Parts: sequence; structure tokens; C-alpha cells
Amino acid sequence: MKVTKKRRKRYGGSLGGDIAIFVLLFLVGLFMLFPIYLSIIQALKPVEELFLFPPRLYVANITDQNFVDLLATASNMWVPFSRYVFNSVFVSVVVTVAQLLFSSSAAYALSKAKFPGVKAFNKIIEIALLFTSTVLYIMQYMVMATLGMIDTYFAIILPFVATPMGLFLMRQFMGQLPDSMIEAAKLDGANHIRICWQVVMPNVKPAWLTLLIFAFQGAWQITGYSFIYNEALKPIPTVMQQIGAAGIARAGVAAAAVVITMLPPMIVFIFCQSSVMETMAHSGLKD
Amino acid sequence: MAKKEKSQYIEDSKVRYTLREMRRNASVYILLAPFFILFTIFTILPVIISLPVGFTNFNMVQFPQFVGLDNFYSLILEDEVFLKAIQNTLVFAIITGPLSYVMCFLLAWLINEMPRALKTIFTFVFYAPTLAGNIYTTWQLIFSGDTYGIANSYLLDLGIINSARQWLTDANYILGVVIIVQLWMSLGAGFLAIRAGLQGIPKDRYEAGAIEGIKNRTQQLLLVTVPAMGPQLLFAAVMQIVSSFTAGDVGRFLTAFPSTDYAAHTIMTHAYDFGSIRYEMGYSAAICFILFAVMMLANWGIKKILGKYLD
Repeated sequence: MKVTKKRRKRYGGSLGGDIAIFVLLFLVGLFMLFPIYLSIIQALKPVEELFLFPPRLYVANITDQNFVDLLATASNMWVPFSRYVFNSVFVSVVVTVAQLLFSSSAAYALSKAKFPGVKAFNKIIEIALLFTSTVLYIMQYMVMATLGMIDTYFAIILPFVATPMGLFLMRQFMGQLPDSMIEAAKLDGANHIRICWQVVMPNVKPAWLTLLIFAFQGAWQITGYSFIYNEALKPIPTVMQQIGAAGIARAGVAAAAVVITMLPPMIVFIFCQSSVMETMAHSGLKD
Repeated sequence: MAKKEKSQYIEDSKVRYTLREMRRNASVYILLAPFFILFTIFTILPVIISLPVGFTNFNMVQFPQFVGLDNFYSLILEDEVFLKAIQNTLVFAIITGPLSYVMCFLLAWLINEMPRALKTIFTFVFYAPTLAGNIYTTWQLIFSGDTYGIANSYLLDLGIINSARQWLTDANYILGVVIIVQLWMSLGAGFLAIRAGLQGIPKDRYEAGAIEGIKNRTQQLLLVTVPAMGPQLLFAAVMQIVSSFTAGDVGRFLTAFPSTDYAAHTIMTHAYDFGSIRYEMGYSAAICFILFAVMMLANWGIKKILGKYLD
């Protein structure tokens, strides 16, 4: 179907409506950003402005001193800071990629293939989504200790790969694809593995880009408190919390640590989200 | 006799049929294997071992001691704080659950009406609280009880209040403040899934809708957009159920723990209290078990309601 360039809207909505929506979103947006703005300016304030009365919503003398101090503290630790960076990047990338690959393939099987056991697998996932328990980590510890994984990278990678939420997300999106698409591929002689990766995945790009955001965000926040005791294996968030936990004397440094920790997920988010927008501009494959 | 033979025969062929189907679908099991092996080891197995803990007295030092339903009896009959926690959790879930769900969908939809560059920016801004992780601690600066608190300082200046309010320690305000913060960070996974789903609705559906005489945004939303979003709406519903029933961290960090008159005490906070502070793991597991049952019930209800509109 030919779509003219001018028609960015899918039908004629009024300009007034557009403006009203924009104003509403803008106001809600201010509310959303306010606390984040606060934590960023806390990091840019010199010590004498941190505890001013009355509290100020802007910085008079912007300083990078907090970040300099943070780096100084970080580089004085007995484990080189680059080691923490490596740990975090390594763990996040492995968890994200594995989660994407494994959840997508399993989601395809559960949504588009008919085989004995499919209902049971689906039920397990739905129940697992709702299960929370404060004693679970103890049992996880037991399992990992039995497998000899405590204090290894495995302990902060493997348990975080298979999340029911990732599978559920992919399954919901894949279920929307027409069965005729899969049947056609089958007639062409493709097996399930090929159909999953060459036919289905390109058609659920917004879904796996979204999963990528969730996966990276989750992986970046892995602290491994109860599974990792070796300082050289700890990821950045753990270290940042350790540095920031020194109380009021380091209030500025703690604020800088918060800002540094939240940057990588934001970068991944912006990259993925703008790709989500892009893919859809020229796709009309569903029936 | 003949009948029995026949059913035997059917049983037998059923087994054989299943086996044949399994063999025919071998590649499906290859696709499932990596996920479900890891899932079994690190989730299902720990869950199964942890289920019996609720029926024991377990302090992490001595071997768990079987006490039958004692934990559940004392939770329901004797533990007044737990009753308060249930009440708080329900009030909290009934307010934040539906409200945040409607917010997720409405805001995602309104963003979708904007041009592309603005879509990315707004999606980022609304999702930022979730992205930023533990940043909700910043709300402490805003709701701090002394005049250094931003809310107090500005409301005093404007003359709306005439003395500093103890937002985080006055039982009258606590639940309200926690609800505001929770709503602030509620545009999470469900919101993004709906955003992605909206991007994927094929254009020809809107064109077909326009031809059939859809005149305004509301009609288009109800007749074209919502029916095409079933799976995403269900996903978001489950996510909002989980986050509104398991809330507790926000209250625990912002208000003192335990909060004044237990005003921010939820089932999750109660479980944390017994699990991570008192090390009464059996009792804590029993609390989580009840929470799980409540969530299953809520999930079942939501599916019933959504199923009516989405299928």
C-alpha cells in the first residue's frame, strides 16, 4: 500500500487536539523528570550549596568536583576500577544476549508450535510470573552452592537469563502473527528453528528491542550481594553503593555515583527506542 | 471385557501418538531447552524447595521443624500487624493498580499521536523513573519533614500550609506520599510493551477504519486500537498486578521502617521484616504464600474481565 509522506497521522486528527495532548504530556513529563533533575543537580552542586536553606532548585556554581572525587575514591581501591567496569559490561552483555536468544526461541515454541506439553509449559510461566518469596534466594543459594557456582561469574549470570517476564513478553507479541505466515514458511521446507529466527523474529522487532531494554536494565542492576564475595568479581552498582554509603560527608559523591550508574541503561534505552520507532514506519506485514 | 480392551487400545495409541508427535517436533524442544533448563535449575527448583518452608519453623541455623499450619493460624488469628498489612496492600493495590494501568495505556496511546521525534522523547521521559533504578530515594529531598524539604519549603512560601508537615512520619500522609511515588515509577514494563504494541498495529487497519466512517480519536481508539492490543494489554495487566501487590520497598526506604502506626506496612514489608530481619523464614514464607494466593486471585479476576473485552 502506498503511503504518502505527508500523512504522518493515520487519519485527520484536529490540530487543537494535538496541542492539547502535547500540553498534557508535557505537564506529566515535568512531574516525571523533576526527581531525576533533582538528583542530577545534587551531583553538580559544590559542598556549600548541598545543604543550603532554603533548598534551591538550581545550581549557582556548577562543579565537577563530585565526579572527580568519585573517580579518585574509585581509583584508590585495591581492585582497579577498570576491573569493575569490565565485570559490569561483561555480565550485562552476556545476560542480555542470552536472555534475548533463549526467551525468543522458547516464546516461539510456546506461541506458534503445537506439540505435546505446550499447555503445561505456558501454565508454568504464567504461575512463575506471580510468584515472589523472601526465602527464594536462600534456596537459590543452596542450588548454586551445590553446583559450586558461588563466587564465580556463573552466579551473577545464569540465574538472571531465564526470566518468565521476558518469555511472556515475546510470547504475547509472537501470538499476534498470523498462522498463515508460519504455514507458508513450513511449505517452503523451513524447520522450526529457521522459521523462528528468519521469519518470526524480523516481524516482532519492536518486541525484542523492548526485551533488550528490560534485559539490559535488569542485568545492569545485578548486585549479586549474596552470591559474590570476591571483590574482584563485583559489578559497578555494588561498588557505587559502597562508595555512596559513607553518609553525609560523601553526599555529593553519592549523588555523582547515582548519576553514573543510571547512564548506561539510559543510553541503551534511547538507542533501542529510536530503532523501535524506525522499524514501524515501514512495516505492514501483519494481516 | 471387550470394552476394556478397546480403552486399553485407545490409551496405547494415545501414548504412541504423543511419542510420535514429540519426535516429529524435536526441533521445538531444542528451541525450548536452553530457557527451560536454566529456568528449572534457578527458578522452579528453588521454588519447589521453598514451598514446604511455610509449614516449618526455620531460623536458618537449626534444621527446619515441621509445624503444620501453625504459621498460617497465627498470621490470620493473632498477628494484628499482618491484618494491617493486608489492609494497606489492598488499599494500595486497588488505588495504584487500576490507576497505573490506565495511565500506562492512556499515556502510551497519547504519545503515539505525536510526531516521531516527540514519541521517542516522551517515551524516554515517562520511562526514566523506571530506568533510573533506585532514584526514588530522591523523593526524600522533596518530602523531607523539616523546612529543608522542598515540598514544605515551597508550600510554606506560597502560604498553602503554615507549618512544616511531617510527610514521611505522619500516619495521615504516609500512604498518600507512597502512592504518589509508586505512581511516579509505575510506567514500567507494561507501558513499554504497550508502546511497542501500538507501533506494530498495521496502517491498513486505520485506513480500513477511516473508510468505514471513524470520525474521531476516541472512536478510533475503541474500535481499532484497543481490539488490536489484546496481548499487550494482558501483559501490562499482569505486570501492574505484580508491581502493585509486591510494593513495599518504596515505603520502607522513604518512611521509617517500621513506619508510624504501620501506615506504609504492606504484606511484602511484613515478609521482609520476618525474612531479612528476624530470620523467621517459615513465617516469612507463609506470608509470601498468602500474597501469592491473593495475586493468583487478582490475576484470575483480571483475565476474566479483560477476556470479555479483548476476545
